[in-house]
Amino acid sequence: MTEPLRSIAVILLVLFGLLTVAALLVWLERRLLGRWQERYGPNRLGPFGLFQTVADTIKLLTKEDWVPPFADKPVFVIAPAVIMVTVLMAFAIVPFAPGLQVVDLNIGVLFFLGMSSLGVYSVVLAGWSSDNKYALIGSLRAAAQMLAYEVFMGLSLMGVVILAGSFSLVRIVDAQRGLWFCVPQILGLIVFANAGLAETRRLPFDLPEAESEIVAGYHSEYSGMKFGMFFIGEYLGVTLISAMVVTLFFGGWRGPWLPPVVWFALKTFVLVCGFILLRATLPRPRFDQLMAYGWTVMLPLALVNLVVTGAIVLARG
Amino acid sequence: MPTIFIDNVSHEVRDGINLLEACLTLGFNLPYFCWHPAMGSVGACRQCAVKQFRDETDTHGRLVMACMTPAAKGTRISIEDPDAHEFRTSIGECLMVHHPHDCPVCDEGGECHLQDMTVMDGHTYRRYRGSKRTFRNQNLGPFVNQEMNRCIQCYRCVRFYRDYAGGRDFDVQFLRDRVFFGRHDDGMLESPFSGNLVEVCPTGVFTDKTLKRHFTRKWDERTAPSVCVHCAVGCNTIPGERYGLLRRIRARFNGAVNGYFLCDRGRYGYEFVNDGRRLRLPRLGRGSGQAEAAPAEAVERIASIMAGARAIGIGSPRASLEANFALRALVGPDRFFSGMAANDQPLVTSILQILRDGPVRSASLHDAEQADAVLVLGEDVTNTAPMLALALRQSIRRQPMDIAATLRIPEWDDTAVREAVQDAKGPLFIASVAATPLDDVATATVHGAPDDLARLGFAVAHAIDSSAAAPAAPDEGDRAARIARSLCNARRPLVVSGTGCGNAAVIRAAANVAWALHRSGRPAALAFVVPECNSLGAGLTGGGRLDAAFDAIERADADTVVILENDLFRRGSSTAVSRMLDRAAHVIAIDHGTTETTARADVVLPAGTFAESDGTLVNNEGRAQRFFQVFAPTGEVRESWRWIRDLMIAAGRKEADTWRTLDDITAALALALPALAAVRDVAPPATFRIAGLKIAREPHRYSGRTAVDADVTVHEPKPPEDPDSALSFTMEGDQRQPPSALTLRFWAPGWNSVQAVNHYQTEVGGPLRGGDPGRRLIEPASRSAAAYFDEAPARFNRSTTEWLCVPLHHIFGSEELSVVAPGIAQRMPRRYVALNPDDLARAGFGDGDEVLVRIGDESHRLVAHAVPSVPAGIAGLPAGLPSLRWLPIPAKGAIHKVTAP
Amino acid sequence: MLSVLKSLWVVFRHMFHRPVTIQYPEQKAYLPPRWRGRIILSRDPDGGERCVGCYLCAAVCPVECIALQATEDEHGRRFPDFFRINFSRCIYCGFCEDACPTYAIQLTPDYEMSEYQRPNLVYEKEDLLIDGEGKYPGYNYYRVAGVAIGGKDKGEAEREAPPADVRMVMP
Repeated sequence: MTEPLRSIAVILLVLFGLLTVAALLVWLERRLLGRWQERYGPNRLGPFGLFQTVADTIKLLTKEDWVPPFADKPVFVIAPAVIMVTVLMAFAIVPFAPGLQVVDLNIGVLFFLGMSSLGVYSVVLAGWSSDNKYALIGSLRAAAQMLAYEVFMGLSLMGVVILAGSFSLVRIVDAQRGLWFCVPQILGLIVFANAGLAETRRLPFDLPEAESEIVAGYHSEYSGMKFGMFFIGEYLGVTLISAMVVTLFFGGWRGPWLPPVVWFALKTFVLVCGFILLRATLPRPRFDQLMAYGWTVMLPLALVNLVVTGAIVLARG
Repeated sequence: MPTIFIDNVSHEVRDGINLLEACLTLGFNLPYFCWHPAMGSVGACRQCAVKQFRDETDTHGRLVMACMTPAAKGTRISIEDPDAHEFRTSIGECLMVHHPHDCPVCDEGGECHLQDMTVMDGHTYRRYRGSKRTFRNQNLGPFVNQEMNRCIQCYRCVRFYRDYAGGRDFDVQFLRDRVFFGRHDDGMLESPFSGNLVEVCPTGVFTDKTLKRHFTRKWDERTAPSVCVHCAVGCNTIPGERYGLLRRIRARFNGAVNGYFLCDRGRYGYEFVNDGRRLRLPRLGRGSGQAEAAPAEAVERIASIMAGARAIGIGSPRASLEANFALRALVGPDRFFSGMAANDQPLVTSILQILRDGPVRSASLHDAEQADAVLVLGEDVTNTAPMLALALRQSIRRQPMDIAATLRIPEWDDTAVREAVQDAKGPLFIASVAATPLDDVATATVHGAPDDLARLGFAVAHAIDSSAAAPAAPDEGDRAARIARSLCNARRPLVVSGTGCGNAAVIRAAANVAWALHRSGRPAALAFVVPECNSLGAGLTGGGRLDAAFDAIERADADTVVILENDLFRRGSSTAVSRMLDRAAHVIAIDHGTTETTARADVVLPAGTFAESDGTLVNNEGRAQRFFQVFAPTGEVRESWRWIRDLMIAAGRKEADTWRTLDDITAALALALPALAAVRDVAPPATFRIAGLKIAREPHRYSGRTAVDADVTVHEPKPPEDPDSALSFTMEGDQRQPPSALTLRFWAPGWNSVQAVNHYQTEVGGPLRGGDPGRRLIEPASRSAAAYFDEAPARFNRSTTEWLCVPLHHIFGSEELSVVAPGIAQRMPRRYVALNPDDLARAGFGDGDEVLVRIGDESHRLVAHAVPSVPAGIAGLPAGLPSLRWLPIPAKGAIHKVTAP
Repeated sequence: MLSVLKSLWVVFRHMFHRPVTIQYPEQKAYLPPRWRGRIILSRDPDGGERCVGCYLCAAVCPVECIALQATEDEHGRRFPDFFRINFSRCIYCGFCEDACPTYAIQLTPDYEMSEYQRPNLVYEKEDLLIDGEGKYPGYNYYRVAGVAIGGKDKGEAEREAPPADVRMVMP
């Protein structure tokens, strides 16, 4: 197989794999939330209710593609596409297994950070173009939140980068051959996981769409498949952050006996379940609490982690 | 301003009132039953007990009835005292012992003073388990329903009916717990004010029988401030609508006009609005070929007719100022005719001239109540302006009040005043063609031919001021001198006259009397009765006489006639009107009901009644009052002025483009007719808001919004918008007290009955907060140069072959719109001619014989009645009956016996 | 932080609890008789309509989904000319039942009233009126109310004295 063909095959595989995973995640989340609340969750359509997402998608697709007359139409249409594109682009650098990676960039970590930062444009544009006060408030919150958490998200990864000596994710996975970075970089892990939650605007950090106060936040005016894209974008985001945590802190595809892809998938699955458990458990903080938590707890923690890691690495020569 | 202490807080109160009035004025919730602001205190129900203390050291106190205790300087009382509260609760329980368990089927429920008061006095649990007394009800006619079981013996009904309104056929009867309020036997309540029993009764003994047929609760009624259109007095009303049907009329308090009450014509005449013969869509084509059409089509047709036509417009004294003005603008001032009957118009013009140029002010109904000597000249006020008669019934109590005052009995102490006064009555002289229902309280009555009544007036004026012209060969010397003396001795003399007997000399004589009083330094007032609700407004708008309009068509000066809310067959002989309608190439009629005029028009446009449109009326006092649309009608019914506006726009008339709302046209009207300039200030404009909100026509408890139309559509259509007023058609809007001209219901927390009006007045019984609504348009000339009229008519000479036919008015029957209401129609008299018994005998007729009355070209078969009060040589004919419509009277007429055909 | 972990653990453990969900169309929950479901109009023991058209249910309805018009038969008995409930608006709060002075309007344990067309949720009197007394057997409003109706004259209700003879002077 020639190199370009192989790349295209990998891209298609990753793309369709991810979309399937995202769809399944919707079902998984609803089932898990149900079980944790002593319900069944969707269990009527197909085995274990697996086809619920299919039905939901059909519903979304057949809904009227409504653009409010007062909206800024081009921006309104582009916004949901932006989130899909940025998240999917970020997956390009994730090493699912040796060789199963779209591209191994030597600045992989930076690329990931860049893409996830771009994602906020989607939210801000959606809120702005909706010309709706709730949407605007939601998008402003998203922007503020992203600005705050992006800072130490990057910082928290610097420890890993120092230890691995590279921004390339393949090199980082290789560097964890002996010890997973979750041990030396436990602080980095905690900070990154928090920042990741905030990046994906998942509960408890879903203030941009806090339905109890601002209807549905930035996507109040969206319906049909445009809303569906935000929805899928969120689940792709969850998968992305989980995959990044696995890659950066839990040894990526590494593991005994089983094939690397399976290890990678297993680890990611557990983390995704963890995300859902967080949602099932934690209440939503106030916005000022969220900001205070980011700036006064997470940022110092990330800095301490960076300084200590740097010092130790320097000391060990 | 004495200071009193209520629960140890000091309050300033007005001198001379009682504690109940003081408490209610100050906003305290003190329950009461037998007291009524218009009727004073009798202390019968014991419900308003409060504890009175001697001074601040007195802790024991004693229970007193607030309504019987003057609010004197330094009075200390407690409303909240436990003893007083317990006493009031026990009174509530006592009154409720026999009260049945039937609020759900009682029409008073939800606006029941008894319900309010039991809540207020704290009687919440009924311990009585014995058997309840019951009564058999009486059928009291088409207006009032009786359910005696509910009675709590407060005596208000009988005090109103007999003492206040002078009724004779209703009383309290029998004894002990079998006390019964009603007539001796079943039968129609005779008083024309019987409908007020409904509002006076604190509970559901007397309820509105017309409401009972289409019952709805007070809280479900969409209401608006309105003005009665059934006579010239212009009583303020609150019409209530539900599901597109007008349900009832209630009195809207206006201290200067009707006060708390309404007459039965005003209260029950409303059913013409619901009549099946109402016009709902425009109609095209003449006679039987008439067919319904779309509004655009009708307007287009009219536009094509009007293009190149020489049109004249005939206005109407029963249409609003705005509608008349729009028509005047459409056809041009010199082609506009006021639409009054040819014999009425000079009388109305003369009244306007007297009020404007003379030195004497026109009297409001409140002024009439306060007058202490009254001369009624040539008018049967009970039948032409009923509420004025009710006011005059109060005026005779003014002078005897001096007796009470010398005994230092306060005016509100009703029983004591009546005991002190006994049968003493103030001077009320009635000079009329025949006996009137007010004669029973008159000091003296004179019955005579209109000219003779005028001569009496001239004689009285001459007796007061000798510079006034005396009738040649005075024949009324003694009587005139007596009347003159009484009027001169009065503090506030009043002269009442009007168009009732159709005689201009009578009106001039009345003016002479008032002017003579004025010149001799008495603050005299003049009250003129005019035929219709906007007769004075039509007079102020101007316009030619009706016969001139007929002439214009006859001479072919005009070929098209636009008739506004006017059945011309009530204004002129049917031959003349028919001829005019036939000769006109095109007839365009705008009206709300089917009349013979609309049936003979080429194009008919459906107008809104008073309940479906907004506008301004000028009453007999010269007071302009705004009435507001109550509900959005079905079909294509619109305000007359809106139709005319559409016609003008279709004709390319630029000025009509700006007439978008009522305020626009009122402004245009004020600009074009300076005499009516004050009309703009009659009510707040449509842009008026309270806290940014319109005022809600529906009360806050209005029900059924999402189910009313659900059988037609579940989508809850957008409610209609009202560009013309500051009122909204739904319950969305402000629910607090609006300005007095926009008051559309009386309600206050804890006060669901009509008694909530206490909360809308500056003081109990006083004017509404912000002043009583309406603007007087006519004030006397400050330096009047008006000279006495000096053409006293010659004495009436009876002829042996002819009778002088004069109109006799009937409260039920003489007015065009109200007779459509079934209850009113039921009480309408038959076609008759009233003759003196001697005349009857002389002519060889028997009482009840059918006779043929021939006046000019008109002849009618009527039943002859012997009426002793009708002077010899006079024949009284009922005015305005639907079957007689227009008669060319007063005029000489011949009467023949009908021989078997 | 510890409390967060503890909460996570507590929530996680629920995974192994038995769901409380009742699988509705197959299984049905027990509903007590005073469950607030579909609204009916009942009849009194004589078979007459209990509703007297007093408008209290309509007034108290928070979503204003009840509309009616009272009317009377020739003997003075009140009943609703039409009585309409828009169930697509009804929130089954039961205020109407509380407000009803004659036990006419009652809520029943029937909740299975889904429709594909909203107009089908508009119930008229014929749809609401049942041939029974519902939850309150034996009550007959007109037996205790003071008004006379066909078949019950003045003084014939419970605890009522015969109509007073107002011409009687003796105590």
